[in-house]
Amino acid sequence: MLRPRIIPSLLLHDKGLVKTVNFKAPKYVGDPINAVRIFNEKEVDELAFFDIDATTLNREPDYILIEKLANQSRMPLCYGGGVKTVEQAQKIFGLGIEKIALSSAVIKNPELVTQIADRVGSQSVIVVLDVKKKLFGGYEVYTHNGKKATGINPVKFAQDVEQLGAGEIIINSIDQDGVMKGYDLNLIDKIAEVISIPLTVLGGAGTLSDIEKVIDKHGVIGVASGSLFVFKGPYKAVLINYPTQKEKNTIFKINP
Amino acid sequence: MITLIDYGVGNIFAFQNVYKRLDIPTKIAKTAADLDDAQKLILPGVGAFDYAMSQLNNSGMRNKLDELVLEKKIPIIGICVGMQMMGNRSDEGVSDGLKWIDADILKFDESLIQQRTKLPHMGWNDVSPVKGQPLFEGLEQEAIFYFLHSFYFKCNNAVDSIAISDYGIPFTSAVNSNNVYGIQFHPEKSHQYGEKLLHNFAKL
Repeated sequence: MLRPRIIPSLLLHDKGLVKTVNFKAPKYVGDPINAVRIFNEKEVDELAFFDIDATTLNREPDYILIEKLANQSRMPLCYGGGVKTVEQAQKIFGLGIEKIALSSAVIKNPELVTQIADRVGSQSVIVVLDVKKKLFGGYEVYTHNGKKATGINPVKFAQDVEQLGAGEIIINSIDQDGVMKGYDLNLIDKIAEVISIPLTVLGGAGTLSDIEKVIDKHGVIGVASGSLFVFKGPYKAVLINYPTQKEKNTIFKINP
Repeated sequence: MITLIDYGVGNIFAFQNVYKRLDIPTKIAKTAADLDDAQKLILPGVGAFDYAMSQLNNSGMRNKLDELVLEKKIPIIGICVGMQMMGNRSDEGVSDGLKWIDADILKFDESLIQQRTKLPHMGWNDVSPVKGQPLFEGLEQEAIFYFLHSFYFKCNNAVDSIAISDYGIPFTSAVNSNNVYGIQFHPEKSHQYGEKLLHNFAKL
């Protein structure tokens, strides 16, 4: 049986790992290579890294760091941040990354999805949409770490990028980011209804039961979180953690 | 020693790291001469079928590989697209495959997949090996592996299929014909189970 995926999502900033709240106030949570080692031991389903500096500083992805992460990792890795061309994507795959997440470059040029998919196969091309609630209802896609509004409707755009050949969509809720009060279930429903490629949701998990709620409703889905897997306790002490295989089987309703 | 075929597609280093932990030496081959002393080969693969085939055909290693695999019967394992390349052809492209195993690569029929999410087949799934396969020694029960693909390997000789997984239909997730092995999932990214399988390959 194909299982849902529980995915720690980590933010790269100044070569360290940080965690934000509503995309703001990055707090240092540790060294990325060390985090990969710990997540290896915990046998996580997948690991996602997003470089939150690359696009805002208009610089290339940090290939040296990406290579180190890929070399350490015994689990599938997703990388996002500053990827604008087929050549950059190809280079990153060559370093041992399974999936590349595209965001602002796809908003500017949606055809990029098709160009990269033709080279590396659809299954490895992910589009990540940072989404914020609009004042009077509905949702809008943002770029540049939540600073730039695009006027794009994520529900419509998710359908468009599926048509263009994306292999997965990550929906990241800016409103729920770091708040740890649960996912935006309404947003997840809206996107899940209109696409048939894998969907991963990010933003808001505070407990494993928040994750379970999404899986109970949507079955095979990717459920990602930053805060839940790097903080512990009411004072948000930094401590990398992840459910055991047994805990995951309970969440997935699997009886081995 | 395990020789890793580096034709610009796929993650050589992830395999190197697994074998480093297992204390098994590896060598990276980028030219035909690098293949001279090969005892066991790994053909990795990430990406589209045609692109991977053209990269291998233009690597300068193609003829030497045909000789090692077909005449000298050196054990080789293809991973993901590397497995698919070992067949005759693929729905994904127009290039000829390596034709080392009589098989065609087909796209999954989305209408048979019962859940909302159709393709790609992405994530951790069960793998049921046939009994007594040395490649799956110690992995007969409860082993799960990471998959990421939309096309599957359809053996024209059912006996070549050595493990089955299910995604809408049962499909071949591992294949073996003589010295040629292929696996659809990613052992280098499948934690302890993948490490065990790669260890088993080294011991063949």
